Amino acid sequence: MDKIIKDLTSRFKVTDYIQQRPNMAYVTVQKELAISLITHMRDIEGFTHFVLLTAVDWIEDNLFQLTYILNSPDKKVDLGIRVMIDRENPTMDSAHHLWQQVATYQRELKEMFGIDFPGSPRVDESFILEGWDDIPPYRRDFDTLKYAEETYFPRDGRGSNDPAEYMKKKLYPDEEK
Amino acid sequence: MKRNKLIWQPDRSKYPEHDSNGKPIVDLKSQKFTKLWQGPNHPGVTGNMSLELTLSGDEVVEAKTHVGYLHRGFEKLMERRTYMQCFPTSIRMCVAEPDSNEYVLSAAVEELSGIEVPETAQWLRMLALEMARLQVLLRVVPGIASTLSLGLGSQWGMYMREHILDRFEELTGGRIYHMYILPGGVRGQLPDGFKKRMLENLDMIDGFIKRIEDLIFSNNVFKKRTVGVGILKPEWVDQFGVVGPPARGAGFKRDVRKDYPYLKYNEIDFDPFMATDSDIYTRAIVRKQDLIMTVDIIRQILDKIPNDKEIRAKTPNVLHLEIPKGEVYARSESSRGEYGMYIVSDGSKYPRRVNLRGPSYTHAVALLEKMLINANISDVHAIMVSLQTCPPEIER
Repeated sequence: MDKIIKDLTSRFKVTDYIQQRPNMAYVTVQKELAISLITHMRDIEGFTHFVLLTAVDWIEDNLFQLTYILNSPDKKVDLGIRVMIDRENPTMDSAHHLWQQVATYQRELKEMFGIDFPGSPRVDESFILEGWDDIPPYRRDFDTLKYAEETYFPRDGRGSNDPAEYMKKKLYPDEEK
Repeated sequence: MKRNKLIWQPDRSKYPEHDSNGKPIVDLKSQKFTKLWQGPNHPGVTGNMSLELTLSGDEVVEAKTHVGYLHRGFEKLMERRTYMQCFPTSIRMCVAEPDSNEYVLSAAVEELSGIEVPETAQWLRMLALEMARLQVLLRVVPGIASTLSLGLGSQWGMYMREHILDRFEELTGGRIYHMYILPGGVRGQLPDGFKKRMLENLDMIDGFIKRIEDLIFSNNVFKKRTVGVGILKPEWVDQFGVVGPPARGAGFKRDVRKDYPYLKYNEIDFDPFMATDSDIYTRAIVRKQDLIMTVDIIRQILDKIPNDKEIRAKTPNVLHLEIPKGEVYARSESSRGEYGMYIVSDGSKYPRRVNLRGPSYTHAVALLEKMLINANISDVHAIMVSLQTCPPEIER
């Protein structure tokens, strides 16, 4: 793993190297070099299994972190690749040409975080949410509680009880308070 | 075993016509095509998802997976919950096999906070994970045949599964959701007499496996419907991130328990079954062999489990657990394949981000859409069930 990281540092200027466990490490790479690095890992280093792609919202730094986890089935090692992108204009190069399954991850990220991957198949089609017109819901500034309170309302005849009091009343109706 | 494959290879050069990108030109007004929705409520669909099929005659020309019928935003909800409150949420991400969720979440929390799990707890965790795999396989192995109207095996399987759920109830207090694996260890010891009752159940399951071999795997109709049907090409395995039994059925011996041993799997003697024909029948055989292997693994666990009282590591108050800043990816082998969780901690009481990597995310979307092209409409549900799709893990 050290040899791979040394090579990546010189070729792709990776930073923030963290060895999580002997067979798993994380690095950060610039947005412009990310797809070249991923292609290099797949074709040269044998990281042929694409594990996942997800995003983390660092709202306080005005950044989105994209995490690509790649796995080498032969060497039995994993590499997590972090890419920090601007939160105001979240766009990233697509990797769907490397693995066909990546298009699904990118479609979900477009919907849930509003991160665009121009050229990715069906990236603008809704994936999980249909007819959503609010801000992308997995962003930190989307308040689920507020949304639930505004969207849903208690049905008539539905109330809430304190469980202990309710059971006491149900089981021992004659007992005085 | 050499089998004659029944591969239907019609001439695709003339019809339907394809555009320059290789996509079929579908004009619904021409009345040569039919649009058919299979699901979200359909006996041939696993869980709540639907397939939008474009048919030419009885052949699928185009398929699209639609999900969203179950979306509850678990990953987002977990960002507002403490780590302990995440457990009841996480297990609902896969109803059929919730123990994998408990394990990967616990393993991720332990790895980030440097908690060492006692040895007995590791064995008990392994027992819970293998029991979960067993109860799933008891339903899934005959389930493939029941999609082709051979439902008897499924009924036997459900009966056997009830016995395993009884053991789960005895061990954990719950039948479906267990909440047994927690950061630092497990919730309880083996009850008195558990081993004896479990071994009796395993003997019954041995008999069940013999019966389904006769009923399903030697059945001529089942073979004719599944041999050579739903081929998953080996070159698709990496392209679509195929893991677990579908990958093992296509000649890729991938099993997290062997490749990245966790808990005490390196002290257990097992060899995951691999085949190369990669059709529905082969995937059913791989799962049947997995079932046999799981029964054997549980026997070994019961034999080797130490009788130690210590089942929880000394941890700070778990209700106020604060995890050091960092990120971690923890994985395990579920009955469907690699099951992982990626957690990012910002050092507070709440996870910054939780992302689940379930096998169905790729199996049921990109891969299934590819595999259904040129399939006969009557084989769609068997292809789908042979991939063991689980919609909740797509739309966490």
